[in-house]
Amino acid sequence: MKLTLHVWRQKAANDPGTFEKHNVEADEHMSFLEMLDVLNQTLIEQKKEPIAFEHDCREGICGACSMMINGRPHGPLNGTTACQLHMRHFKDGDQIWIEPFRAKAFKVVRDLVVDRSSFDRIIQAGGFISVNTGQAVDGNTIPIEKERSSSSMDAAACIGCGACVAACPNGSAMLFTAAKAAHLGILPQGEVEEDRRVLSMVTQMDKEGFGRCSNTYACEAECPKEISVTNIARLNRAYLKASLRSDL
Amino acid sequence: MKILDGKVPPGPIAEKWENYKSTIPLVAPNNKRRLDVIVIGTGLAGASAAASFGELGYNVKCFSFHDSPRRAHSIAAQGGINAAKNYQNDGDSVHRLFYDTIKGGDYRSREGNVHRLAEVSTNIIDQCVAQGVPFAREYGGLLENRSFGGVQVSRTFYARGQTGQQLLLGAYQALSRQIGLGTVDMYNRHEMMDIVMVDGKARGIIARNLLTGKLERHSAHCVVMATGGYGNVYYLSTNAMLCNVSAAWRAVRQGAYMANPCFTQIHPTCIPVSGDYQSKLTLMSESLRNDGRVWVPKRKEDAEAIRQGKKSPNDLKEEDRDYYLERRYPAFGNLVPRDVASRAAKVACDEGFGVNPTGLAVYLDFAAAIQRYGLSEANTQGNKNPDAETIRILGEAKVEELYGNLFEMYEKITGDNPYKTPMMIYPAIHYTMGGLWVDYNLETNIPGLFALGECNFSDHGANRLGASALMQGLADGYFVIPYTIGTFLSNDIRTSRFSADSEAFMAAEKAVDDRLKGLMNIKGNQSVETFHRKLGHIMWNYCGMARNAEGLEKARTLIRALREEFYKDVFIPGTDNDFNPELEKAYRVSDFLEMGEIMILDAYNRNESCGGHFREEYQSEEGEAQRNDDAYTYVAAWEWKDTSTEPVMHKEELKFENVELKTRSYK
Ligand SMILES: Cc1cc2nc3c(=O)[nH]c(=O)nc-3n(C[C@H](O)[C@H](O)[C@H](O)COP(=O)(O)OP(=O)(O)OC[C@H]3O[C@@H](n4cnc5c(N)ncnc54)[C@H](O)[C@@H]3O)c2cc1C
Ligand code: SF4
Ligand code: FES
Repeated sequence: MKLTLHVWRQKAANDPGTFEKHNVEADEHMSFLEMLDVLNQTLIEQKKEPIAFEHDCREGICGACSMMINGRPHGPLNGTTACQLHMRHFKDGDQIWIEPFRAKAFKVVRDLVVDRSSFDRIIQAGGFISVNTGQAVDGNTIPIEKERSSSSMDAAACIGCGACVAACPNGSAMLFTAAKAAHLGILPQGEVEEDRRVLSMVTQMDKEGFGRCSNTYACEAECPKEISVTNIARLNRAYLKASLRSDL
Repeated sequence: MKILDGKVPPGPIAEKWENYKSTIPLVAPNNKRRLDVIVIGTGLAGASAAASFGELGYNVKCFSFHDSPRRAHSIAAQGGINAAKNYQNDGDSVHRLFYDTIKGGDYRSREGNVHRLAEVSTNIIDQCVAQGVPFAREYGGLLENRSFGGVQVSRTFYARGQTGQQLLLGAYQALSRQIGLGTVDMYNRHEMMDIVMVDGKARGIIARNLLTGKLERHSAHCVVMATGGYGNVYYLSTNAMLCNVSAAWRAVRQGAYMANPCFTQIHPTCIPVSGDYQSKLTLMSESLRNDGRVWVPKRKEDAEAIRQGKKSPNDLKEEDRDYYLERRYPAFGNLVPRDVASRAAKVACDEGFGVNPTGLAVYLDFAAAIQRYGLSEANTQGNKNPDAETIRILGEAKVEELYGNLFEMYEKITGDNPYKTPMMIYPAIHYTMGGLWVDYNLETNIPGLFALGECNFSDHGANRLGASALMQGLADGYFVIPYTIGTFLSNDIRTSRFSADSEAFMAAEKAVDDRLKGLMNIKGNQSVETFHRKLGHIMWNYCGMARNAEGLEKARTLIRALREEFYKDVFIPGTDNDFNPELEKAYRVSDFLEMGEIMILDAYNRNESCGGHFREEYQSEEGEAQRNDDAYTYVAAWEWKDTSTEPVMHKEELKFENVELKTRSYK
């Protein structure tokens, strides 16, 4: 199939950036990133700078790939990362617009590559259970109901890609933060520290310049791991509880 | 040739580690603060080590070329992690895990290390549970297990099909906590370019800030590498695209030995290649072989018809199918180890029974499992006489619960629905057992340079069992290195911090700079990718699933010619003092071009078939691998100076005092 791509090119964070047009020939079995590989190969053969984009596992698990495809983070398919999107979902003659994830807290590095280190700092602020190596008791001394463990796992499936932020009109990181708070808070091991965890993660999130959550649910719709917004409601409750307690 | 000493402590195998641990010199807490440790890599091995060092009070600098520690390749591991918990009461024990690992590795690993691995495996599960890893649970709330290839017990712990992700997030969170506390300085998007040696010891690194291209000098009392495996030397593999050998290879260039480089693992169940634009191969977890049955048509005509699209697999009756693993290996059936399953698939396809258009694919079929689960589920629900449709619905639901995300991934990539039609799979490069030679302390032959996780060679011999890499990475990082590093650092408590401005550091930095400028200045005509693909072809064709002396000789000539061409004709856009992913690829590929040669040499030297190393000259009449214990019960540790010096092989003799060397049989 023949496609016309409009790819965002931006040398650095302070460069204004612009769309660049490319005509490409693609095979329906290719992945979206393979289609970009082929284009990059052509660019290099013409001694031009290839399009910079982030990727690594190409299996939808590392969270590296991050691009807007026709206005949607990770493209048109629900529950699918850009690296898992295949060209059979496009048709001959399509125009495809490719841009970086845009948000105040994600600065552009080059082309489609953005800086998502703010996510790391949210985790560093409190997204963990404080247990040193060697301090643990036998794994089976804490039985956990299957459902409880399973809903913790649902939240833990977040890959830290940032699509939720890119999708949100306010550039909020609530879904990411709430997913981590739920993963740990749902489990008995994580209950002890919940107050401190949610307070410090939310504080850090605000510090990083992420916007406020106004419940548009765009995040859930675009999340490639289909992380549920119920986690946000849970975080709001936990945060409120923790704030009240810390005021005592 | 030198004879290397693995420094395995004396005493009965089951007591070695406990006794040794209590004799390792300790570093007092006030001294730890004065000792700097560099950790390279934040996969399971690196993140767990860096976090543990931080907790102990060392001053840690941690490096990763990724934008976040959480993106390390470990994140992609699917199936699970082994531990000798014996929660299922099915006869598992530390000794059995030890024995299975030694046997699975085809008797080419070091007994002492493997036993220690089995011992600490149980602590790992406890640690991960405490960190909040949401392992699968039974209805009673206890931890659930599944089986993996090459064993007859259920000792694999898992978190859906995302075990690596959850374990890595656990380690990442522990690491993040230390970063927050200030015990660990994290350098993301920083690539280690070389080790800096001071008086014969590893005392720092040269790193490249990938965002700016600037070189940086970092000193420390010792350097711990946890930089992953080198499977991408084959270009197409199940590894993440950025995995590379450069860190390890730079260590080799400084004098570290590369051990058993030809021991590579081919995973039997991967999605077959679909075109020449293909960038990587996708693994379908081994756990699928718990329930999937591997088969090809019994008759070549049927295979031919399927390849041409004239027949579909569901057209073939039971008796027209050859479930070749169940036929050839009745005791283990579909759960034979990876090397055995991979070779069997190759044989079936080479003989003309392949089932996709390229002829390089076999079926992995879940129809029987869906039936079986459906029936038992109906029975549990009190329906003693369920109809076919009920069985199918219930069965598919159970299969979805077990493997849902894998089935979904398969469908996304191929466009086929594996609930309705069998999956098509073919072997692909997956893991590298070879790696930096280390002793019992995980120290390389360079004093002060340690290697953990997949980048060392230590525990898996010639073949790794499923779910054992995650176990090894976390064992090394959480439970081994925090102790054994004391053997080196306890001698350094009076050594003041090293200046990163000394002559050694300046010279090392200049050497890296010269190398990068040299690459930029080639200004040829071919992309880095082009060379990487060509290298991959050479490696796969001559040093892949089957090897022979003639092919290996040819491969060595080819790889040398390719290297020469690379240094004449590679083209790298951009500049070296800027963000430049093509330059990153270029120096990684240049190291692969040397690593490939040493793999070929090692494969050529080892005149036997063992584990993942199958030399066609050495096989039984039934096509099974034939080891040569008299001549090759050793670790080959290679010294490589430069491209113009013939590499030298050193040996570590392997002594088996606790298991008897037998022909591996899974029949
Ligand atoms: C698809 C797939 C599925 C798997 N499933 C399983 C499974 O179910 N069970 C199992 O036991 N094993 C599995 N494995 C194997 C297992 O995942 C790996 O062996 C293991 O995760 C390796 O961990 P590691 O910590 O050694 O290295 P990695 O996780 O590869 O980490 C390497 C780290 O080093 C850093 N690094 C490398 N070079 C440099 C440098 N020069 N400078 C700075 N940083 C550097 C990287 O940034 C990264 O942080 C699987 C492997 C694959 C490919
Ligand atoms: S919540 Fe979803 S969209 Fe947001 S970072 Fe996690 S996986 Fe990505
Ligand atoms: S490349 Fe890893 S999630 Fe897309």
